Amino acid sequence: MTSSTPHLATEIEAETGINPATCYQCGKCSAGCPMASESDLRPHQVMRLVMYGSRERALQDETIWLCLTCETCSARCPNGCDPARVIDALRELARESGQANMPRNIGAFHKAFLEQIRTNGRLHEMGLVMDYKLKTGDLMKDVTNAPGMFARGKLNLRADRIDGVNEIKRIFEQCGVTP
Amino acid sequence: MTTLTDEVAAPAEDAAAAKAARGLAYYPGCSLHGTSPEFDESLRAVVEALGIPVAEIPDWNCCGASSGHTTDHLLGVALPARNLALAEAQGFDRVLAPCAACYNRLASARIAVAEEDGLAERMPEILGRPFANTVEVFNAVQLLHEYGPLIEEKVAASLAEPNPLHGVKLAAYYGCLLVRPPELSRDDDPEQPMQMDDIINACGADDVEWNMKVECCGGAFSVSRTKSVVRLGRSIVEDARRNGAEAIVVACPLCHSNLDLRQKAMTERGEQPLPILFITQVVGLALGLPAETLGLGRHFVATEPLIKDLVARAEVRVAEEKRLQAEAEAKAAARAAKRAEAEKAKAAEGGGDAAPAVPKAEATPADDAPEAGGDA
Repeated sequence: MTSSTPHLATEIEAETGINPATCYQCGKCSAGCPMASESDLRPHQVMRLVMYGSRERALQDETIWLCLTCETCSARCPNGCDPARVIDALRELARESGQANMPRNIGAFHKAFLEQIRTNGRLHEMGLVMDYKLKTGDLMKDVTNAPGMFARGKLNLRADRIDGVNEIKRIFEQCGVTP
Repeated sequence: MTTLTDEVAAPAEDAAAAKAARGLAYYPGCSLHGTSPEFDESLRAVVEALGIPVAEIPDWNCCGASSGHTTDHLLGVALPARNLALAEAQGFDRVLAPCAACYNRLASARIAVAEEDGLAERMPEILGRPFANTVEVFNAVQLLHEYGPLIEEKVAASLAEPNPLHGVKLAAYYGCLLVRPPELSRDDDPEQPMQMDDIINACGADDVEWNMKVECCGGAFSVSRTKSVVRLGRSIVEDARRNGAEAIVVACPLCHSNLDLRQKAMTERGEQPLPILFITQVVGLALGLPAETLGLGRHFVATEPLIKDLVARAEVRVAEEKRLQAEAEAKAAARAAKRAEAEKAKAAEGGGDAAPAVPKAEATPADDAPEAGGDA
């Protein structure tokens, strides 16, 4: 580690106010995690990597992108460690450092989602799915559901744009986010 | 000094009364305007029937959902905060956010602004509008739970139509975002919440004890990682079925579309599909609101067979109750007639002799008793 790079645990603590060293590895978070069976790392292992300062390993792992943000881990942590918030912060760091190993589909979904909000102020679900399909090339995804959804009045063809769309653009700028 | 405080207090009271009359600010969120219009329809129908005034926040924006806060923490706070600022500017102090994901984002933003260093000061600059963080956020379950006694009263009063929900077994599914972080679940237990179960019982139905109440359905990955959603949803539906549920009740449009739209992919062995109802549809049915105002025809797992069955069961139940009542009445009438007949017969037979003989015979042992006691 060069002297210019702070310890990962210090950086996470500065961002979230959570001291990763307070995690005593009981594993309760991992026992309840709905994605544990599909991820390489479990929440308590992510906490350990942060404490060790294993920057590359923590930021480059796919696991942080498989988190559903259901917050089961944080709700059950007996020592108030909030792994869900730590994983959120790791995702931000991974994105900034350009090391993010985000599954293509999940990244495309978030990007399409935020572009919808930035343009319209609200989510246009059909626009989101179309954009997602173009981004992933998965054009046939859920095509068979579309007629059923349309028939049930669950698909709006036109996007709903709010009057204050410039306020939304301002919020994105102020937060330094370009989808 | 006293006059000054009095002067200040009076308009404040007026303002409070005005706020109560205006009721709740309503934040429908994108799903209720898009893929889950039935949650919006049934909610509006139910609050009207219960006399709760709600007003949609003008020009509300998307809360950012999980894509917002997983991308940038500040964005995940600022997007929902704009809606709180709009409600505040309209003079509301309570916002109703029925969608669990919106509720989670709005309520979490309120907590973040209150607790994180410097965020309250920065917010007006980020939003470009004043923001004092004074608005409380409620979800549909919390609101209906508050009105539980009124629901119970109204359900009991509408006896003209038999309540179709009487005795039906419903599994209350909270999912993750209604109860997490734990400080959002207010008076309810975040691991074993009961408020939705209480509402189900107030409607005359029976809540089911089961294991998956607060497990995640995979929400955010509905489109981008459908296989995870199918895996998680399958275990939820199977557990509800194993515990005797006839339908699953939800208060989140993401849970609803995952369990309803994708249920076909979850069932492999040809089981009967389990209808997924919004809690507002359940309350609406118990209040006797017409099915079409509750959007019950918009689901992928058809609700009609269940509702037809419930109506038929309610009719059988009411007919059985009527039959039993008629039977009891007939028996009572027969007994009364028999008694009257016997008395008539006695009166006709002996006239004066039989009548005094009875009190005499009864009186004898009673009169003897003190004497016997005296002898001993």
